[in-house]
Amino acid sequence: MGNVLVVAEHLHHKLTKATLVAISAGKQLAGKIGGECQAVILGKGIGDLATELTSYGVAKVYAVDDAGLEHYVADAYASALCNVAKEKGAEVILATATAIGKDLLPRAAALLNAGMASEVTGFHDGGMMERPMYAGNAIAMVSIEGSPKVVSVRATAFDPATKEGSGAVEQIAAKAEGGGTKFVAFNETKSDRPVLTDARIVVSGGRALKSGENFKTVLEPLVDALGAAMGASRAAVDAGYVPNDLQVGQTGKVVAPALYIAVGISGAIQHLAGMKDSKIIVAINKDEEAPIFQVADYGLVADLFKAVPEMTEEVAKLKH
Amino acid sequence: MKIIATVKRVPDPNATIKVKPDGSGIVTDNLKYVVNPFDEIAIEEALRLKATVAGAEVILVSIGSKAAAEQLRTGLAMGADRAILVIAEQELDSLGVARILEKLTKDEGAGIVIMGKQAIDDDANQTGQMLAALLGWPQATFASKIESLESEEEKKGVPGIVVKGDSAQVVREVDGGLETLEVRMPAVVTVDLRLNVPRYASLPGIMKARKKELKEIPVADLGVDVAPKLKVHKLEPPPKRQAGRKVASVQELVQVLHNEAKVI
Repeated sequence: MGNVLVVAEHLHHKLTKATLVAISAGKQLAGKIGGECQAVILGKGIGDLATELTSYGVAKVYAVDDAGLEHYVADAYASALCNVAKEKGAEVILATATAIGKDLLPRAAALLNAGMASEVTGFHDGGMMERPMYAGNAIAMVSIEGSPKVVSVRATAFDPATKEGSGAVEQIAAKAEGGGTKFVAFNETKSDRPVLTDARIVVSGGRALKSGENFKTVLEPLVDALGAAMGASRAAVDAGYVPNDLQVGQTGKVVAPALYIAVGISGAIQHLAGMKDSKIIVAINKDEEAPIFQVADYGLVADLFKAVPEMTEEVAKLKH
Repeated sequence: MKIIATVKRVPDPNATIKVKPDGSGIVTDNLKYVVNPFDEIAIEEALRLKATVAGAEVILVSIGSKAAAEQLRTGLAMGADRAILVIAEQELDSLGVARILEKLTKDEGAGIVIMGKQAIDDDANQTGQMLAALLGWPQATFASKIESLESEEEKKGVPGIVVKGDSAQVVREVDGGLETLEVRMPAVVTVDLRLNVPRYASLPGIMKARKKELKEIPVADLGVDVAPKLKVHKLEPPPKRQAGRKVASVQELVQVLHNEAKVI
């Protein structure tokens, strides 16, 4: 068969950008192995989302609509996903490496006795795939033996799929096993800013900002003047200046915006792992020896407490 | 309750990693090795959990070369009770590692397995989830907590995993916020950075650790299938990013971003 089964994600009853990225990667891989790109969507009351999925050029959409799948939990979802993968004889199960993708796919892989490659950034001929290791200091060429295979892809490595063609939806019963996990609560971080991983511009602050208060009074005005998302280095997060979901790096989010502005960030290996694929990188740091300048397209050696408010003003002028 | 915490020997996260010219691996000369930073957090959580459960025991497990004994001793010095080192010199993938852990978890009759969410060498983030699947146990990945690492709770060493009867409540880091789950025990928990600040081994701890049991088991003795399905063929250095240029002022910076790069 040789088909690729893409796992679609949704949040607040909308397909996520990660889903469109996965479809795009799935189509690319299906093209390489000569199969179809199909999708599966799991949840409760997701009929219209399944229909919407068909408009992104996937050959077939399997909808598993079940009250037991109202909240994502790994055991029930993995069990339902594996039922679909087995019933439809999928060759590859693929999703984007989001929090859900990372939680779900390895569990499904073990249930299917399948090998798995995480955070794949490119597909090559002969079943070869590339993925970063050692915080992006090495790019590995890997392949998976046996069938099926499980692959998560890095969100920044593929462009989101666009609308084309149409396919059919097939309902599939959940038959999910699990029940060992109960969803209790989701404390969503509310923000009017763009989502960090989707933003066109990201402004990140480091430990040199010295306090959470300075993130608010110094960095945030620039973030908002640019209509950007705010990020932070691990050092700033560890110091408690900002919550961890703003962390960019090997152990945080991986971003690749059109413009990344690093403010008061020295450029530790683990931070670079999360942003070095950005199109344009700007570094503002008073230490001209800071490693961040080695990856920056434009570097400004300056005291951030002077430079950032100035830049906020300059940007505001531009918009008028 | 037996608590298993996993310990992987990995290159120091602050070391500069270089790929060998022939692409067969990384340059290991003079490379310092440490406990995977996420596993340190797992050990800390296991020790905190032990303090809240009467009669609990913390067992460390590592899989790899004999040299990993060094990292297990570090964990024993932090306060773990004993350690198991599965000697495996061959390449293993996450599924193989999960199968080894499955066997040990069953043999020990452990009530919870706490692991780092990923190892900082292969950055796979798979083994905990795979282990949970093989055991048929629930999983709570990316465990964190609501209180900050500077909070009083943290300073008092309160565990983030709250065991209540036959279930455990775990706060997880997910995209866009924190999620709370209740998992039936036994379960696998993988930990994220914001769960705790690991303790340092004390001098008496280091002395005591020398006398603690560290059992070596050749992987072949376990009788599990560890043939890797994920094959690593070659490593390459990442494409180098060209360093750009310095600008003299904020005005110049905004100008080039607007007129040259056209990103604002």
